[in-house]
Amino acid sequence: MSEPLLQVMQDDAKKVTLPPGLSEADLKTMYEGMVAIRVYDERSLKLQRSGRIGFCVTSFGEEATQVGTVAALQDIDWIFPSYRQYGVPMYRGVQLEDMASHLYGNKFDLAKGRQMPAHYTFKDKRFVSISSVIGTQIIQAVGCAMAARIKGDNCIAATYFGDGATSSNDFHSGLNFAAVYRAPVLFFLVNNQYAISLPVKKQSGNELLYKRAEGYGVPGIRVDGNDVIAVYQATKEAAERARNGEGPTLLELFTYRAGSHSSSDDPSRYRSQDEMDSWKKKDPIERMKRYMQKLGIWSEAYETEIWESFRERINQFTTAAEEQPEPSWESLFEDVYAQMPASLERQKDQLIARESGLELSNEGEFPL
Amino acid sequence: MPTMTLLQAINDSLRTEMRRDNRVILMGEDVGVNGGVFRTTEGLYSEFGPDRVMDTPLSETGIIGAAIGMAVYGLKPVSEIQFADFIYPAFDQIVSELAKFRYRSGGEFPCPVVVRTPYGGGIRGGLYHSQSPEAYFTHTPGLQVVIPSTPYDAKGLLASAIRGEDPVIFMEPKKIYRSVKGDVPDGEYTVPIGPARVVQSGTDLTVFCYGAMVDVCEKAARKIQEEGYSVEIIDLRTLYPLDEETILNSVVKTGRAMVVYEAPKTCGYGAEVAALIAENVIDSLEAPVKRVGGFDTPFPYTLEYVYVPHPVRVYQAMQEVLQYQ
Repeated sequence: MSEPLLQVMQDDAKKVTLPPGLSEADLKTMYEGMVAIRVYDERSLKLQRSGRIGFCVTSFGEEATQVGTVAALQDIDWIFPSYRQYGVPMYRGVQLEDMASHLYGNKFDLAKGRQMPAHYTFKDKRFVSISSVIGTQIIQAVGCAMAARIKGDNCIAATYFGDGATSSNDFHSGLNFAAVYRAPVLFFLVNNQYAISLPVKKQSGNELLYKRAEGYGVPGIRVDGNDVIAVYQATKEAAERARNGEGPTLLELFTYRAGSHSSSDDPSRYRSQDEMDSWKKKDPIERMKRYMQKLGIWSEAYETEIWESFRERINQFTTAAEEQPEPSWESLFEDVYAQMPASLERQKDQLIARESGLELSNEGEFPL
Repeated sequence: MPTMTLLQAINDSLRTEMRRDNRVILMGEDVGVNGGVFRTTEGLYSEFGPDRVMDTPLSETGIIGAAIGMAVYGLKPVSEIQFADFIYPAFDQIVSELAKFRYRSGGEFPCPVVVRTPYGGGIRGGLYHSQSPEAYFTHTPGLQVVIPSTPYDAKGLLASAIRGEDPVIFMEPKKIYRSVKGDVPDGEYTVPIGPARVVQSGTDLTVFCYGAMVDVCEKAARKIQEEGYSVEIIDLRTLYPLDEETILNSVVKTGRAMVVYEAPKTCGYGAEVAALIAENVIDSLEAPVKRVGGFDTPFPYTLEYVYVPHPVRVYQAMQEVLQYQ
């Protein structure tokens, strides 16, 4: 496509130099961040396929969209994600046991077993609780950014959503409010080419999704979403402008959902093997690896070491999470309100009083 | 003590709470420079400025969605939906997001947004300026639903809603915005969310109602009292959480009950009150519980006076319940 696509990594370049503003250590941290996501995905998919967890979401191929963005943000910045950006809190150092507990929905899950896997909540990482409803977080991020501006704080907000979400109501309300109030917010449009089975060309009459921004009076930019350095640099620049009071930016991160929509989805029903193979060559981890090789900061020993150490840590935490009990029946009634209403208290007491006599089986799966 | 209309009491409550807590901000269509289409936010823009009284683009989902983000950040937004009939574009943000944020995050993210919205008939507004959608929200765990019928309650209940930690759908009966007057104390006070209010005590029949229907029921009761009956009227004030104790105690005392509400009869809030009574105190009943509601039609323009429970229609229903043997 001849349309503009911000890129740093030229795969045919024989010799490369360190990108401005990034050290060798920075590149390694980003690379390791992407590998950690890949390992986590492989593990959660295996747990799902072996029937140990009910459901999972993976982000194969989209690692650079998560790592490149979060690496360019500050830890004070608020994240309003979709369900495919758990790599962001991982990068901010969230406890792996908390992630594993959520996969199992056990009693230590921060969401208390109330949500399907991949609906994380990490307030201490400013990573806001996730909805399954597409696009609703977009306008919420704008409100958060407006609040930060009103209070005169230095943080900004960032929201992630897919190409499908550009058809949602709150893509529109979010972009519009952000422009009207010049809210310090970044819109990460992760264009992974599919909304479950629907390709972008059937989602939008204009496949160049970043161009939507112009209609709202918001700058839009299209970035190679499999080029972690390009994603980093574009985010850095947009974040700086937001922080300086220069308003929002839409960044279309052009990438590919290399895996399925979720563990319940079979992509062979709607896309070709050739297409999938062609994107494999653009795998963001492989590309970063080649880039680091050219820079001379990559070795087999390093590669083996990071993969093995992540596998060991992630396996350890997921195994431990499996051993934990489910949340108590009482917890079903908590957190609906700040204080439990009397009528809800009565429902709880009636359930618990009957508990010994009730035979409730825990069968069934989610179909999508 | 000053006498105020319902509308003035709401305005006074907003001003008082905004002076008390600078995290409180207002947002909605025409609420700023214009002071609101009903004038509920009159004078607040000039006192608190554009950052705290925000005129928003014409997008209900945006008004609620942005308020949620603000609440997550730590502000106390009070969003206005200009007419309850226009709340449906924001239904997703209210039902899927606002109501569930605390629960789905295991308590990490409370979301104390107050959604104010004028509702109900009485201004000849036809289909789209008259609806009573309260039951959609009482059916949504995570929301409190509050409807005042007096200026005193309006100010105090709104203050409680703003100071509270949960999202509140605060529905204002626009028919009585200006027609009802009452004493309203200066300065700060609250009326707790939850307890119902006994409008008048009686022994033969209990009438449950809220909002603009309180006045209608009082009129009907005055007529039937002339025939020697004693009627208890209870203004529910808070539809969720519901004051079950007051409801059940009253029915045990009177043995006869009816519910009056403006929404379509089927699956309206009256069904919940009737079911509550049937589940708990059916042995005390001397007559079937009666529901007087709107009809199961969209809200009409010309025949509004036929659709909304009229004192005559309520009076006839009272007769039926009282004479049932």
